[in-house]
Amino acid sequence: MKRKSTFLLSTPYGLWMLGFTIIPLVMILYYGLTGRNGGFTLENIRLIATEENLKALWLSIRLSLLSTLLCLLVAYPLAMILRNTKFKNSRFMVMLFIMPMWMNSLLRIIAWQNILERRGVLNTLLELLHLPALNIINSPAAIVLGMVYDFLPFMVLPLYNTLVKIDENVINAAHDLGANNFYTFTKIIFPLSMPGVISGITMVFVPSLTTFVISDILGGSKVLLIGNIIEQQFQKLNNWHSGSGLSLVLMVFVLISMALVGKYDKGEGSAGVW
Amino acid sequence: MIDNKLIELVGITKRYNGSTVIDDLNLYIRENEFLTLLGPSGCGKTTTLRIIGGFESPDEGKVLFGGKDITKLPPNERQLNTVFQKYALFTHMTIAENIAFGLKIKKKSKQYIKDKIKYALKLVNLDGYENRMPDSLSGGQQQRIAIARAIVNEPKVLLLDEPLGALDLKLRQDMQYELIRLKNELGITFVYVTHDQEEALTMSDTIMVMNQGYIQQIGSPEDIYNEPENAFVADFIGESNILSATMVKDRLVNILGVNFTCVDEGFGQNTPVDVVIRPEDIDLVDPEDGVLTGHVTSLIFKGVHYEMEVMAGGFEWLVHSTDMAPVGSKVGIRVDPFDIQIMHKPESEDEAVSAKGPEAW
Repeated sequence: MKRKSTFLLSTPYGLWMLGFTIIPLVMILYYGLTGRNGGFTLENIRLIATEENLKALWLSIRLSLLSTLLCLLVAYPLAMILRNTKFKNSRFMVMLFIMPMWMNSLLRIIAWQNILERRGVLNTLLELLHLPALNIINSPAAIVLGMVYDFLPFMVLPLYNTLVKIDENVINAAHDLGANNFYTFTKIIFPLSMPGVISGITMVFVPSLTTFVISDILGGSKVLLIGNIIEQQFQKLNNWHSGSGLSLVLMVFVLISMALVGKYDKGEGSAGVW
Repeated sequence: MIDNKLIELVGITKRYNGSTVIDDLNLYIRENEFLTLLGPSGCGKTTTLRIIGGFESPDEGKVLFGGKDITKLPPNERQLNTVFQKYALFTHMTIAENIAFGLKIKKKSKQYIKDKIKYALKLVNLDGYENRMPDSLSGGQQQRIAIARAIVNEPKVLLLDEPLGALDLKLRQDMQYELIRLKNELGITFVYVTHDQEEALTMSDTIMVMNQGYIQQIGSPEDIYNEPENAFVADFIGESNILSATMVKDRLVNILGVNFTCVDEGFGQNTPVDVVIRPEDIDLVDPEDGVLTGHVTSLIFKGVHYEMEVMAGGFEWLVHSTDMAPVGSKVGIRVDPFDIQIMHKPESEDEAVSAKGPEAW
C-alpha cells in the first residue's frame, strides 16, 4: 500500500525527469558520439583539442574560478553581517540582496552592457567628473563583472543559511575556551559553514563555466568562452554532433570540479544542491 | 567552607531595549562554593551568569574577580569556563579535539594535552570516546563532554547554564549526583543556573532566588525552604499554602479568624502578614481535635504520599500526608507552631507582582 502511493506520488517527477533530463542527456550522448553519417566516432570529442577551443575552455575555467572566488569574497562578509544583524528584519535584508534575481537575467546583463559601453552610463559619468574613460566592455573583466553580479545571490543564500544555523553558544564556547575572534573564525565558524561554501561554489562555478549569454553580451564577439563555441556549433553551424561532443567534454569538467570540491565536504548535511 | 570572596558583583544593572532585566544586583561568591541562581524564566539569572562569563556587559556596576575589576575583560581572558545549555559542542571535531580546544590555544605540549583528555574523560566516565563525533553521543554524554571540555582548562570557577535542562528526569537525577561528585573532586567553585527548584535544593551550598531582576533571597537550601522570606520564594520553592493573616502579638497569629500559636516575634501587634504553611506540615486530625475543621474536596495518590485538598475556614488547604482521608469526610486541621512561617507583606510594587508566582510568566 505504502509502496504503491510512493510510486504514484513520484510519477509526475519521474515523467519530468525522463522527458527533460534523461532523454536529452541520452540524445547529447548519441549526437556527441556519432558523425553526420550516423556512425560511431570520437571526432566530436577530439574537437576540443583544436587551439581555438582549448583556449576558450581554459579561459572559461579561469574566468569562472575568478568570479567564484570574487563572489565568495564579497558574499562571506555580507552573510556574516546578515547573520549578526540582530534586526528582526534581517530576512528582509537578505531579500534585498536576492531581489535582482526577480528581474530577467538577460535584462540585467543588457543593463550592464549599457553601463559599460564606450559611450555608456559609466563613461558619461566619468567624463562629467573629468576622469579618464574606462574601456572594459568586450573584455574578460566585463564578463567576470557580469558573472559576479548575476550569480552573487546564489553564493549569499547558502552561506547565510548555514551561518545563521550556527548556535551562538558554540561561538561563545570558543571564546570561553580562550579563542580570540580570528581563531574562532578559522577553527569554528568557517569549518561549520563549509556546506554553505560548497553549495555556493557549486552554484556559482557551474553556471559561470557554461554561460554564453554573459560572454556574448558583455564580451562582444571578441572574447569566446567554451559556452559560446558550443552555442555557435548549434545555432550558426547547425552541427548538433560537434556541439554535443563539446558539451560532453564540458560536463566531464563540471563533474571533475564537483568531485574535487566535494572532497572537502565531509559529507554531513550538504546544504546545497548536491 | 573557606570564607573567601572569589567573585563579587557590585551594583549590576542590565537593560534591554529600555526594560530592566537586572536592577542593582549585589552578590558575592565564595571560593569552593556551589551557588545556584534560581528563578522563573526571564528573572535575570542567565543574564547574571552571562555577565560573570563576559558574554554580556552590564550597563552599570562592576564584576570583581579575586578583588580585580574584570568588567571590561572579554570572555577569552577570564579565568572561568562555561558549560552551555544544549552543550554547544563543536560538531565538526572529534571528542578529543573538542576537549583539546582550550589547551591548544594555551599552547600546552602534545603529551600534556593527551594526558588531560584521558583524565577528563575518566572523570566524566567516558573513557575511550576520544575519536567519536559529538553527534554520535546521547544528550547526557554530550553534556559530560561539555563539562570535560571546560574543566581541562582548570578554571577557578565553572559556570553552568541550565546544563541538565535538555535531559530526561532519570538522567537529570543521575547527573546531579555526578556534578556534586565532580565539584568535590575538583575543588572549584560552581555557579549554576536553573529554574528547577528540586535541582537547586539537591546540589547547592547556597541558593540565590531571583525574580524580575531582583534577588528575593540568598541562603542555604534549608533556609530557603524552611524560612522563605516572602511569598514568592515560598511559592517558587516547593508547594505551599500562602495566606493573609494578622499577627495578634508575639507568638500568636490569627489565620482565617482562628488564633494559631507560632514561634515568631517582633512583628508588633495586629500587623498584617503573609503566612506560609508547607502541605506536609499540616496534620489532619479528628474534627473535634482540630484548630480548624473542614472537609476533604479532592484526593490524589502521589506514590510517597497522598495529596489532598481540604476546604476549611473558607480556604482550600493543600495537604500532603501518608494517611488518607476520603473525599467528603470531615477532618480537623492542626499545625505545629514552628511549622508556621510568618513573612512581612510585600513593600514594593515589584515584590507584590512577584508574589503572584511563576504563573505570571
